[in-house]
Amino acid sequence: MSAAELITPHPGGLASEQAEVAHRGLYYMSLMREVEDRIERKLYRQGKILGGVYVGRGQEAISVGTSLAATPEDVLLPSHRDMGLFFVRGVTPARVFAQYMGRVGGLTRGRDGNMHMGDLKLNIISIISAMAACVPVGTGVAMALRYQGKNAVAFCFFGDGATSRGDWHEGVNFAAVQKLPVVFVCNNNQYAYSTPVEKQMGCANVADRGPAYGIPAEIVDGNDLLAVHEAAQRATAHARSGRGPYLMECKSFRMTGHSAHDAADYVPKDLWDQWSKLDPIPRLESKMIEQGLATQGEFDELHARVRAEVDEAVAWAENSPYPDPSTLLDDVYE
Amino acid sequence: MPTTYVEAIREGLWEEMERDPNVLLIGEDIGVYGGAFKVTAGFLEKFGEKRVVDTPISESAIVGASIGAGLMGLRPVAEMQFSDFISCGFDQIVNFAAKCRYRWNAPVPIVIRAPSGGGIHGGPFHSQNPEMWFVRTPGLKVVAPATAYDAKGLIKSAIRDNDPVLFFEHKGLYRRIKEDLPAGDFTVPLGKAKLVRKGRHLSIITYGAMVWVALEAAERLEPEGIDIEILDLRTLAPLDRDAVCETARKTSKVLLLHEDTQTGGLAGELTATLTERVWEYLDGPILRITAPDTPVPFSPPLEEAFLPNAEKVIEKARWLHRY
Repeated sequence: MSAAELITPHPGGLASEQAEVAHRGLYYMSLMREVEDRIERKLYRQGKILGGVYVGRGQEAISVGTSLAATPEDVLLPSHRDMGLFFVRGVTPARVFAQYMGRVGGLTRGRDGNMHMGDLKLNIISIISAMAACVPVGTGVAMALRYQGKNAVAFCFFGDGATSRGDWHEGVNFAAVQKLPVVFVCNNNQYAYSTPVEKQMGCANVADRGPAYGIPAEIVDGNDLLAVHEAAQRATAHARSGRGPYLMECKSFRMTGHSAHDAADYVPKDLWDQWSKLDPIPRLESKMIEQGLATQGEFDELHARVRAEVDEAVAWAENSPYPDPSTLLDDVYE
Repeated sequence: MPTTYVEAIREGLWEEMERDPNVLLIGEDIGVYGGAFKVTAGFLEKFGEKRVVDTPISESAIVGASIGAGLMGLRPVAEMQFSDFISCGFDQIVNFAAKCRYRWNAPVPIVIRAPSGGGIHGGPFHSQNPEMWFVRTPGLKVVAPATAYDAKGLIKSAIRDNDPVLFFEHKGLYRRIKEDLPAGDFTVPLGKAKLVRKGRHLSIITYGAMVWVALEAAERLEPEGIDIEILDLRTLAPLDRDAVCETARKTSKVLLLHEDTQTGGLAGELTATLTERVWEYLDGPILRITAPDTPVPFSPPLEEAFLPNAEKVIEKARWLHRY
């Protein structure tokens, strides 16, 4: 059974809180899709963006649904496919484009590229390239949150491939032993670069790893914004109550290559077909129409607005200067 | 009453924890057991388990969790039980901690304590001097005190510093050396070498336990009329290159001494610095005395042959003096 068949459609009607989550979530997912499409399919090909480009096409519901369940005091440690949470936290698309273009206006001022960005004022910790390195760090963040008496949690994101690394196991185990308020969020997009999940681990699900560490784990339909949001609320309630970490495995699919240069010929065609029917954006739109929350006309308007916002952001980023080489030696130390 | 090197580190940690509630300790067997070398004995009883955190055997988690807590404003002091095990947390140190400030302006105010060094018959996995893995990583500070005074003053400065600091404490010095320490709070600045012996004929530039080897050699050479100057680097990154060049300009002859193995050891970098900056002042070749490029052997005769000692220093110093 493929992961696409394991996940079930979200049942039931929408309460008013859910309606708001749906509206906000649709906007942020659409914005993430538009920004990443522009990066991967236009600016990269035009040579305006250099270096690695890793996007989360098809996985937007995970970062958006989770971060919409977080309070501003909660700390987010995104993976490289979680751009949506930056927008939820108030980072502008303009700054993200500048980041990708290596401009001063980017979050790292040209010191680093792509999704390697964070902002302590927004409680977002920057990822590094080594997968799962953020897991022990997320555990330490949670240790500090508890130490400081905050009723906050750390959301630590990673992919299926990252769960093969020792850092993942050390970090999860330590968090479990200390009963720390961490929500571990797996973007299971079925592939780590070219390696399918069945060559990554002997168990069927990342969630199966949870019980080995004595922590609750659940499988979530990662392409259903509302299901992700609900699961994140359950996970956060657990973590906030002092009962320790919680593992959410969000089943999804990477609707693109590992990076912009990767055609992903190794992915069987029927998988693309199967998962393209589960695209989280049209799925949410159908649900909203079904529930009488919006009309197709409103969606068309929303997408037009997002495109205009992104046009403006690209223009801003292109006008942001490159860093001055005379700053090369700054900030190695305080 | 004189204070030992190990007691000095312990006092430094204790006083900083009393001074600043953001300081906490994290490591293997540091709480209930008090640490493999008893550096933190009694800390759990005084500061409680939130500030003295016993961890699983997970060096990467120890360093990673320290980074996370540091980013949130705490000042964790992580203990590697032996510096040899620091390689298990390597990626967290060199890729995460070292680069945060440069990449995204995020300070990582952590200290990683690592008991290092040989001469205790610890064998290949309990005797190493891994400082150069970190000295060559931009963004890290690296400290290696030789005296009780410096150990206490530097651990305090390391804790108060806003960058990641690796603190290599030499296990062979823990209970072997002691001195009277001033009462009250004092610190030793990071990045400053110290002239521990003034001399006219020849400079030995060294750090850590080898400072004592250099002092012994200098005393034994004094009756021969060879007057040796000794510079203790104390901090290896950032390196006090000005002090290195100053002593070389003064004596015109330089012996570089370290317990670490030779290739890629600090002596090579010091040689390059001296060649670039003070070549015209030198009256002889720059010589290295280091451990050879082998693992640290276990059996006493082998380990003795491996480690630099006063005899080896004396022999090279006589040759260089005559040159």
